[in-house]
Amino acid sequence: MSGTLAVTQPLRRRSRLRPARIGVYAFLLTAAAFFLLPLYIMLVTSVKSMDEIRLGNIFAFPIQITLEPWVTAWTAACTGVACEGIRGGFWNSVLIVIPSTILPILLGALNGYALSFWKPRGANVLFAILMMGAFIPVQVMMYPLVRILATLGLFSSLSGIVLVHIIFSMPVMTLLFRNYYLSIPQELFKAARIDGGGFVRIFLQLMLPMSTPIIIVAAIMQVTGVWNDYILGLVFAGRENLPMTVQLNNVINTTTGTRLYNVNMAATILTSLVPLAIYFLSGRWFVRGIAAGAVKG
Amino acid sequence: MSSVSIQKLCVRFGANEVIKDLDLDVQQSEFLVLLGPSGCGKSTLLHSIAGLIDVNDGRIDIGGQDMTWADPTDRNIGMVFQSYALYPTMTVERNMSFGLRIKGTPKAEIERRVQRAAHMLHLEPLLQRKPAQLSGGQRQRVAIGRALVREAGVFLFDEPLSNLDAKLRAELRRELKLLHKNLHSTMIYVTHDQVEAMTLATRIVVMYAGRIQQIGVPSEVYERPENLFVAGFLGSPAMNFLHGHLKPDADSVRFESHGLSLDVRAYALRAQAGADREVVLGIRPENLQIHADGQFEATVSLIEPMGNHHVVWLEFDGKLLSSVVSGALSFCVDDTVRFSLDADRISLFDRATEQRL
Repeated sequence: MSGTLAVTQPLRRRSRLRPARIGVYAFLLTAAAFFLLPLYIMLVTSVKSMDEIRLGNIFAFPIQITLEPWVTAWTAACTGVACEGIRGGFWNSVLIVIPSTILPILLGALNGYALSFWKPRGANVLFAILMMGAFIPVQVMMYPLVRILATLGLFSSLSGIVLVHIIFSMPVMTLLFRNYYLSIPQELFKAARIDGGGFVRIFLQLMLPMSTPIIIVAAIMQVTGVWNDYILGLVFAGRENLPMTVQLNNVINTTTGTRLYNVNMAATILTSLVPLAIYFLSGRWFVRGIAAGAVKG
Repeated sequence: MSSVSIQKLCVRFGANEVIKDLDLDVQQSEFLVLLGPSGCGKSTLLHSIAGLIDVNDGRIDIGGQDMTWADPTDRNIGMVFQSYALYPTMTVERNMSFGLRIKGTPKAEIERRVQRAAHMLHLEPLLQRKPAQLSGGQRQRVAIGRALVREAGVFLFDEPLSNLDAKLRAELRRELKLLHKNLHSTMIYVTHDQVEAMTLATRIVVMYAGRIQQIGVPSEVYERPENLFVAGFLGSPAMNFLHGHLKPDADSVRFESHGLSLDVRAYALRAQAGADREVVLGIRPENLQIHADGQFEATVSLIEPMGNHHVVWLEFDGKLLSSVVSGALSFCVDDTVRFSLDADRISLFDRATEQRL
């Protein structure tokens, strides 16, 4: 009897919580906790008062939550002699990021488009030279670039730092768009040629509208890359245009009396807020674009 | 409706000569099919007519004008690709009108031409859709429509039906033939599918290794192949080949092979056959008949039922010969049967040069 019963009963799905599964979760949770711990410490420290910080329990949850360190970091923290907070750096960074994202994307797309569809003579050599640029450390090119920009009268200016960002982003942007366009059938381009499309028209009316996914990826890479940049901003931006990262460093290195850990933590979180937000909002796109464009080919 | 004339065309990719010294004349209103196996240069030829490939030597005239170095858009051509190549971000209507909008054609004229093409290809309900929302057959119809609205002198088709399933392919093939009948435009069509070539073409150009092997109306290319390659490429199942000698007798000519001797007096030899020549005899499966009083004897080795007919494979002298039999079969596998060759329908080739005799 029991045999026939076993046959007629529908097969149950196997229980989900098996030892192996528990082990996997345990490992993942530990890893997540390990990486989130510094962020946790930063967050709780930034809302503690200095008296509370002096108690030394860095893991402890704040007894009294105060937002004053955040206000100080934004408006009154000292970056050297001036004590105006890091908001100036924030707006400087915004001014640098916007042109340093839009222009490299446009130029990279144009490069990739020309290389993969119009195939000028020596396209592969050009591309190889461009790629070599990606492997030479930035520091090596720093001094020559300073000299060049000084000669051009662009040193220590907003256009100077934007130009530097455009130059250093060209290899990756070109690679990204070239590989994306290589995955588009050549016949599409040929059809447009027969329809009478020229270089600019095919780019603007056909290829660019098809490039949304890779433009999003490129924008994420550029915004986070330029926002997180320190050395280029420090060297090329000039006193008036110092980006937020440089201001943050100044805040932390400027001490009058005690080190204001809570203000420093708040300033750090404020500085990393933009890239963090971008990763949270577009992580999905980022992975998808890397899988579709950058790795293939 | 333009004619196309190609003289001494050479196309090289690096050291690889894809097309060698090719001459071809396409008449007005002709449906010319370029047929050949992959890599034979047929697509390269089409793309050089379109101006999408730079030629190394020779001259291409379209509509009586030298177009060898003209831009693709100035050649007065419309082209349909195997992968459809529709602009994915544009609606069907904008896909079809893209070229006209670039040219600056008046709006009313664009509207008229798009409507006409859409009507001809039954695309009216789909005009506002994007290519991603269409099926394969619909996409290819849009691609054909995009070529039609150009009202070009020559239409070029690059294996347009190869990405479709068998049923759709037959359907669209008929539509294409009807289109040609109604428009009388010059069409050049590349395919590796002999059924498409036979059904659509007014003339077939068989190509192999960058050279034209034979040009002719479909029946001529099928019945009287110029060489062994053409004979073997066209027809399914393929033509049967028998190796042997040609022996001139007193007042007749005989084909002698191992276990087979055939009077080929009726065959119109192009030149006087020399004594004892090595030849290959070709016979189409439908001309190899199985019947009780056949001349030769063979064993049935395999039967392939095709629905309306059977393909019977006979083992004869260690070789497999195919025969097409319609109607019911009076034998089964491993039976011994008798067959004969229709001496009026044979082809003879020189064994060394592989050319028709």
